[in-house]
Amino acid sequence: MSTEPKISLRGVVKRFGPKVVLNGIDLDVATGESVAIIGGSGSGKSVTLKCILGLMAPEEGSIKIDGIETVRMATGERDRLMRQVGMLFQHAALFDSLSVWENVAFALRLYSNIDKQEARQQAIEKLAQVGLGEEVCDINPAELSGGMRKRVGLARAIATEPALVFFDEPTTGLDPIMGDIIDQLIVKCVKELGATALTITHDMDSARTIADRIAMIYEGKIVWAGPVSEIDHSGNPIVEQFIEGRVDGPIEIEGRKRALA
Amino acid sequence: MRWNFLALIGRVVLAFLATAGRLAIFTATGVQHCFLPPWYFRLIGRQMMSIGYYSLPVIGLTAFFTGAVLALQIFIGSSRFNAESAVATIVVIGITRELGPVIGGLMVAGRVSAAMAAEIGTMRVTEQIDALTTLSTNPFKYLVAPRLIAATLMMPLLVLVADIIGVFGGYAVSTTKLNFNAGMYLKRTFEFLEFEDVASGLVKAAVFGFLIALMGCYHGFNSSGGAQGVGRATTNAVVSASILILTANYLVTELFFAT
Repeated sequence: MSTEPKISLRGVVKRFGPKVVLNGIDLDVATGESVAIIGGSGSGKSVTLKCILGLMAPEEGSIKIDGIETVRMATGERDRLMRQVGMLFQHAALFDSLSVWENVAFALRLYSNIDKQEARQQAIEKLAQVGLGEEVCDINPAELSGGMRKRVGLARAIATEPALVFFDEPTTGLDPIMGDIIDQLIVKCVKELGATALTITHDMDSARTIADRIAMIYEGKIVWAGPVSEIDHSGNPIVEQFIEGRVDGPIEIEGRKRALA
Repeated sequence: MRWNFLALIGRVVLAFLATAGRLAIFTATGVQHCFLPPWYFRLIGRQMMSIGYYSLPVIGLTAFFTGAVLALQIFIGSSRFNAESAVATIVVIGITRELGPVIGGLMVAGRVSAAMAAEIGTMRVTEQIDALTTLSTNPFKYLVAPRLIAATLMMPLLVLVADIIGVFGGYAVSTTKLNFNAGMYLKRTFEFLEFEDVASGLVKAAVFGFLIALMGCYHGFNSSGGAQGVGRATTNAVVSASILILTANYLVTELFFAT
């Protein structure tokens, strides 16, 4: 069995002007593993994900997928790499100009030589996997509720049966029941695909449900990483404050003192 | 105080150069994707409909009234030295060489450039462009190239229609209001019209079409900051497309004038 991690980040640094958002991120995700990166707002979770996906270029450090360096990778090469990737965006990011089934079948129609009818049929099957019926197929994404949009986004993310799936705040904006449904669907889909998954979230319930392992990011660094079962006994005051949701502790929250004064 | 003023000038110049550099890279990348496969013919066709067919009412109305006003104004001016017979010739040359492409370009800039910036800008702020990338689709190939191709191809056709309707506007006013003989007016219209008059207008139209799509895509692509950012991108797209149309109009005219 290969010991090469599926995703490997070493010393990743990303700055926006004088502000250092990522300050040397080190993280490994093994093949078939599901890892959740947790952290407060503005801690650099989304930037980490965008750097891995190549949507942003880090100033320093190395990001490898399957042992291949992806920082400053040529566009064509990255397009090929992206074919093994699925991504569920925070607000689903469905294409307004396409119907639900066209969204789900977008990559299918792009890579495989299938006709419109077959693509639609495959989209219906993927929608069924996330609990949606054929009746939503021809609807415009703008007509869907938040939970349904997330489900369609999930169906689109898994449509090409990717080896690597990313989830950006999958439960944000959903009520707790719908949030739990989405979490369960993510677990089911990732298991069925046998994929490696990386989730960023600040929802601890979601992280506990989805992940095998959790990494906590704070001030642009991974301050703790370990199995889900160990997070309640991490011994790390930053992690403890975050999972207990306490105001007092080592985590510096911008404007907190002013707001509570 | 003096140094602060110099620093301000420096900042403005640096910001201008940075924008010019970004625009040059964006243009080069967009043009490159117009010539390299794969081509999304369905998207090109959809853009051609949106830019060409749906702009026809705006172009038609504008051209008609421009031709009509031109005939009235030239009649007033030329009657001062008994040259009323030149109205038809000046209307057709004015419309084909200048007013058809420029007025048409400005109208399409208002309609199309704004729509492109708003659509692509919304896609940017709602992460749809990022989603394209994660679906291994190059946003330049999917969003920018079809718009550049469609606008560059459709603008000359629109201007050709504008030329015909504009000349008809002049004809309608001249024959109904200024008592011109219809046959004589048409004879005068085509008597001194040369191929170059129409061709130079169509070349201008192609350049304007490219600029309109480029500005719409560039500002949409680089929008940020939610609804306000999209609004800003839309305004910037229309303003910059209009300025570039007027600048390019002079440069292309100069080019044709020199040859």
